[in-house]
Amino acid sequence: MEEGVVNEILQGPLRDVFDSKQLITDISGSGNNWAVGHKVFGSLYQEQILEKLRKSAEHCDCLQCFFVIHSMGGGTGSGLGTFLLKVLEDEFPEVYRFVTSVYPSGEDDVITSPYNSMLAMKELNEHADCVLPIDNQSLFDIISKIDLMVNSGKLGTAIKPKSLVTSSAGAFKKRQEKPFDAMNNIVANLLLNLTSSARFEGSLNMDLNEISMNLVPFPQLHYLVSSLTPLYTLADVNIPSRRLDQMFSDAFSKDHQLIQADPKHSLYLACALMVRGNVQISDLRRNIERLKPSLRFVSWNQEGWKTSLCSVPPVGHSHSLLALANNTCVKPTFIELRERFTRLYKKRAHLHHYLQIEGMEESCFTEAMSSLSALIQEYNQLDATKSMPAEDLPRLRVAV
Amino acid sequence: MEPKVINQTLSKAAHSGRWKYGQHSCFCQKQGSGNNWAYGYSVHGPRHEESIMNLIQKEVEKCDSLNGFLIIMSMAGGTGSGLGAFVTQNLQDRYSNSLKMNQIIWPYGTGEVIVQNYNSILTLSHLYRSSDALLIHENDAVHKICAKLMNIKQISFRDINQVLAHQLGSVFQPTYSGEGSFHYRRNPLGDLMENLVPHPEFKMLGVRNIPQMSENSLAYSTFTWAGLLKHLRQMLISNAKMEEGIDWQVRPPLSGLPMLGKMSLNKEFHFNTSIANLVILRGKDVHSAELGAFKDPALYTSWLEPVHAFSVWKTQRAFSKYEKSAALVSNSQFLVKPLDMIVGKAWNMFASKAYIHQYTKFGIEEEDFLDSFTLLEQVIASYCNLGF
Repeated sequence: MEEGVVNEILQGPLRDVFDSKQLITDISGSGNNWAVGHKVFGSLYQEQILEKLRKSAEHCDCLQCFFVIHSMGGGTGSGLGTFLLKVLEDEFPEVYRFVTSVYPSGEDDVITSPYNSMLAMKELNEHADCVLPIDNQSLFDIISKIDLMVNSGKLGTAIKPKSLVTSSAGAFKKRQEKPFDAMNNIVANLLLNLTSSARFEGSLNMDLNEISMNLVPFPQLHYLVSSLTPLYTLADVNIPSRRLDQMFSDAFSKDHQLIQADPKHSLYLACALMVRGNVQISDLRRNIERLKPSLRFVSWNQEGWKTSLCSVPPVGHSHSLLALANNTCVKPTFIELRERFTRLYKKRAHLHHYLQIEGMEESCFTEAMSSLSALIQEYNQLDATKSMPAEDLPRLRVAV
Repeated sequence: MEPKVINQTLSKAAHSGRWKYGQHSCFCQKQGSGNNWAYGYSVHGPRHEESIMNLIQKEVEKCDSLNGFLIIMSMAGGTGSGLGAFVTQNLQDRYSNSLKMNQIIWPYGTGEVIVQNYNSILTLSHLYRSSDALLIHENDAVHKICAKLMNIKQISFRDINQVLAHQLGSVFQPTYSGEGSFHYRRNPLGDLMENLVPHPEFKMLGVRNIPQMSENSLAYSTFTWAGLLKHLRQMLISNAKMEEGIDWQVRPPLSGLPMLGKMSLNKEFHFNTSIANLVILRGKDVHSAELGAFKDPALYTSWLEPVHAFSVWKTQRAFSKYEKSAALVSNSQFLVKPLDMIVGKAWNMFASKAYIHQYTKFGIEEEDFLDSFTLLEQVIASYCNLGF
């Protein structure tokens, strides 16, 4: 699948990162058809995939987790990607599966993307430990904001070279690249920050399994909204602590989230802050105290913060923050997904492409729909408790 | 668990030139516990029992006379709390004649780890059954000491650890074994526990130090024993965590008058009743220190005479940079409020069954949680009733 894409990467600047023996390609694509990706290519390549996975896993001293990075709207990423999840769960049941999924935005060009996304959602619900949803529209907004900053040439503001989240090369060159490179860079930075505590030392370490432990209170509610700050560093010397506090405030604003969501006005179930760089525990505590009153946490997790400090900052910055939140603001994304699916499904449009694949039936669609509806219902229930005051439940009484 | 941390600790100590850890007296694994008490207790524990107990056996065999074990651990995470509880239980089985004291780090109230309340109650309930004494240090209190007394602007964990080390040092550094004696105490751990833990239901100990200040301020201060002890006593009875902001209004109840009503947790805790206290004095003219105020029976519960409840250790040798310093190790109602808060929060979370699936995955069932809650509610109730 996607032989063209893989070949292009192998010729680009990142060719040494990938081990060519670990790549699987096929000439034909999936035709934007989840069923082709999942059922056809899945069964065709299952052996090969398992083989390569086992080989890589044997090299590891201690396998912590798998990262699956895919898109929901197409055929291969969506279908084969979610097939992989099932394979990983059977083969390596104790290893966590972190999935970074790119959800289709409002105007995307794949007509059958609602079907693909819906079918993929069911798999994510059941087989992923943690999902980090991302969508192209938000990434594009972030890029535009950075471009504005770079090109506005405001007096006295100059961006430090190499400090943009979006660019690996110098920031001042006129970039001819497609915006997708810059957008992918943001996601790459997300993953780097996520694993930084496991790779570098720090005063408060956090492993990847701690993310799942702390941020997933109920097995189905494992969707985490992420945000990265700062997006760029100004080259002139600034008052350190004001810059730091600004970084924390930005992480909760809806412009910095990697998905169209507004966490500040929804209910938080849990929140993790992963700080890199020269930040001390007192700064962290101070900011948490400062931001807490404006955020709404669920009644049984009023102080639901998980913090980690890594001493090595990312390239070009002196410190950075990744905020992961388990928040009901993902609900609108799911509701919209369901709407678009229903619109197509009502007319049974394009359905025959799916049903002609062996193993697909209409029940697959209805099951996926009910799985998503159940998830939305869970979030609804939690939101309903938002306005209720936190009551203390009666405690066990002990005879003395 | 924690290979990076252990390597860092070993290399830092070796580079300091003052003392170092034995190369082979450490144990670590690449796989952490993921902040999961159940993982630390049920998976790491049994898996590494052999290796860990062998290492301990080696150290024990080197001792002429084993006082006991001091286990230093935190409550909020997975390894410190879960594996720590497991190891303590094992020590109970294998070295049943030795004393065990667990030094526990009480997490920040506003959370470092989301499931810290679950991890804490599971740890405390298990330790209450297998340990002999729990010496508790609260992160919030130590943080305040760093901020207010030591005047540190950007507090790092290094500063916090320094205060903790100071507190532990002030307790366990050698002292003379008796009034007028010239021999050092042979068994501080044993003597401490003998004095402070007369009843197995009451195991929670807290430490208070005076004075504590930054080096800059030290040059401008002089101390008298009378002044230090007056502050220390008021810190004890008003439950202050440090020498600033002490509530001088709190007084012990007049002896002979009945206590008015049961001490309820909803009202502000006014007077801190003690079961037993140990004061350790270090520095110049220590024999001139007057400790009568600590022997007031009003400070203590009715079922223990002050002569049994109060003890004092002394040494002429100054500690750290303080010409005169005093430490108070106390078994009193110091920790009831924090304990009550943690149990309350954990109970709220438990009622909604949040995160429980992460624990049942590794064999800790809801009944284990309920057992822990019951035990801790019992401890809270017992401590509350000390006022009688």
